[in-house]
Amino acid sequence: MLSDRRPILLANARIIDPSRDLDFAGDLLIAEGVIREGKRGIGAAGVPEGTEQIDCRGRIVAPGLIDMRAFVGEPGAEHRETLASASQAAAAGGVTTIVCQPDTNPPIDDPAIVDFILRRARDTAIVHVHPMAALTKGREGTEMTEIGLLKAAGAVAFTDGAKSVTNAQVMRRALTYARDFDALIVHHTEDPDLIGEGVMNDGELASRLGLSGVPKAAETIMLERDLRLVALTGGRYHAASITCAESIDVLKRAKDRGMAVTASASVNHLTLNENDIGPYRTFFKVAPPLRTNDDREALVEALASGLIDVVMSDHNPQDVETKRLPFAEAAPGAIGLETMLSASLRLVHDGRVDWTRLIDAMSARPAKLLGLPGGTLRPGAPADVIVIDPDIPWVLDPDELKSKCKNTPFDEARLQGRVIRTIVAGRTAYEYASA
Amino acid sequence: MNIAASSSFVLNRRHLLGIEGLSHAEIVGLLDLSEEFVSLNRQIEKKRTSLRGRTQINLFFESSTRTQSSFELAGKRLGADVMNMAVASSAIKKGETLIDTAITLNAMHPDILVMRHHASGAVELLSQKVDGSVINAGDGAHEHPTQALLDALTIRRNKGRIEGLIVAICGDILHSRVARSNIILLTTLGARVRLVAPSTLLPSGIERLGVEVTRDMREGLADADIVMMLRLQRERMNGSFVPSVQEYFAYFGLDARKLAYAKKDALVMHPGPMNRGVEIDSHVADGAQSLIREQVEMGVAVRMAVLEALSRNLPNA
Repeated sequence: MLSDRRPILLANARIIDPSRDLDFAGDLLIAEGVIREGKRGIGAAGVPEGTEQIDCRGRIVAPGLIDMRAFVGEPGAEHRETLASASQAAAAGGVTTIVCQPDTNPPIDDPAIVDFILRRARDTAIVHVHPMAALTKGREGTEMTEIGLLKAAGAVAFTDGAKSVTNAQVMRRALTYARDFDALIVHHTEDPDLIGEGVMNDGELASRLGLSGVPKAAETIMLERDLRLVALTGGRYHAASITCAESIDVLKRAKDRGMAVTASASVNHLTLNENDIGPYRTFFKVAPPLRTNDDREALVEALASGLIDVVMSDHNPQDVETKRLPFAEAAPGAIGLETMLSASLRLVHDGRVDWTRLIDAMSARPAKLLGLPGGTLRPGAPADVIVIDPDIPWVLDPDELKSKCKNTPFDEARLQGRVIRTIVAGRTAYEYASA
Repeated sequence: MNIAASSSFVLNRRHLLGIEGLSHAEIVGLLDLSEEFVSLNRQIEKKRTSLRGRTQINLFFESSTRTQSSFELAGKRLGADVMNMAVASSAIKKGETLIDTAITLNAMHPDILVMRHHASGAVELLSQKVDGSVINAGDGAHEHPTQALLDALTIRRNKGRIEGLIVAICGDILHSRVARSNIILLTTLGARVRLVAPSTLLPSGIERLGVEVTRDMREGLADADIVMMLRLQRERMNGSFVPSVQEYFAYFGLDARKLAYAKKDALVMHPGPMNRGVEIDSHVADGAQSLIREQVEMGVAVRMAVLEALSRNLPNA
């Protein structure tokens, strides 16, 4: 399959390209790993000999998705996920670029490890992989990493992954220094002291379940602090995972003032809420925790308006040993590469977010923030393209997931719409069997 | 020897994981059945054979004196073979997970598992993996249903009713499974429940459980029929949740002066073990208004009732 690099004509499709704000009926021609052209009526006559022609009537052709936040496990936790297995999962979910997080062992805090990731990905992965590097050495929050050298080695942004940098002085210096390299800093905004022993959203439900709560202020205070520091330093800043209405207010104030601030929300927080935890279901334990449905509604609205820039999977594989435990003792995290698109399509089907904005949040926006070449169907761009059947109903069977771990909150969920073909650099990396 | 119980109440469920979800009728049924065992327990011949042949395993991940011993006595008086798992010296200490322990124990075909665990939801998790009945003997800060039942039985025997009573629950509500189970049970039976605690020891959103909340003992105890004190763990009084023992006792410790805010015939309860001089003064704990010893007695009866009511629902019963 990988050797097959015949030209591909995706014919009679609805083509959505948020990078150019295009949404039209037409054909898309791919050849030699790049997008040749997209327009109405290329037809069989206008294509090179040997072109594979695919009829996409009723289907959507869009840029391949870029997942800005995925925890992979290589190196150090290959039993949970490797770059190879994550890439299989990504392809099955329409994700053509994984941005992996530095929460590895050893952490990605050294140019040699960036190089390792890129080489391993080149040799084993079927989608593009770009690492974010650690913001501080060892992700310990005390000394900044070699931001210049790491960026030169291929790191697309700087973050301590699922950890927050609690020391404001360290954060201030990192933002200041990163500005000289135009490096993006991505930050998990959760104050660990306010999290304390908390394992789910603070409130009535946590009280009923007898679980310690994480107040929303744990996120909002850290976000407020960061934005003050951004104002002070002028660095480029991206909030890694916004989960509540209060944070959206904070974000909006900063954006209204024209600051270089952007934010992501995970597909989990956009489609689930704390009630889904029900009787202590650990697959719904994520960090930051799932919030109330009012918060979810606010996130959806902010996504629709563009206030939230990016939707990411927050893919975090956890196995039986870390999940089949009492709720408070279970590790946080949910896999999401394969379900990010299908789950977020709920928002489109409900009329809350339009197609262009959703695809934009998962392709063009992250590409722009990270300086990646994908996320567009512009002629000459890399041929990372997906074909979506917008309506096909399916039930998620965890046994069919490509990820090594099965900790999905969408276990046996009814979903509508999915990727039926994923093309990476002009080659078909995934094809839905029953399509 | 085996006198059949006159109440034929059956708890129509496999497990008792909490008070939440129990109906008014189920709670009253359990209390009525408990009354019979109170009489039985005061006789010389305390044995029944209704659990003969059954195996009951007490699996306590947290140490316990009164709950574990009363479950053991209750099982033995009903004729079950009772085994206490000493968790401290078992495989769990060697890193075995709760689920593996459950699977191991399940292979020994226990009919009833009585479990206490420091994590909320752990008992529910175990119940999903075993074939027998599971009784929650306390999980984290979630529920302790038999404690709430024995408290209710104690109240009903002394006040003749529960409906309409004002019950003040005072102290560390935040970490208390006893408080949660009692709130649900007492409000289900129509009592007015008041919580009295410093704000750091109140869970957020607790007022949505249909209780009144106050930070002042005078206000909270006014016209109360029952004053229920909760234990405050030592590690929580060194500045993390309250500044000191002295300050806590000054504002929230139950002494004769504060008890006088309540009704003249108000009764004092405590699930034990008590911290004398921290949440309760010895004169009050041992005084004429105290029901604390009676609570322990009711504990055995209630646990017999729960075991009996669940066993009537076991296969081949």
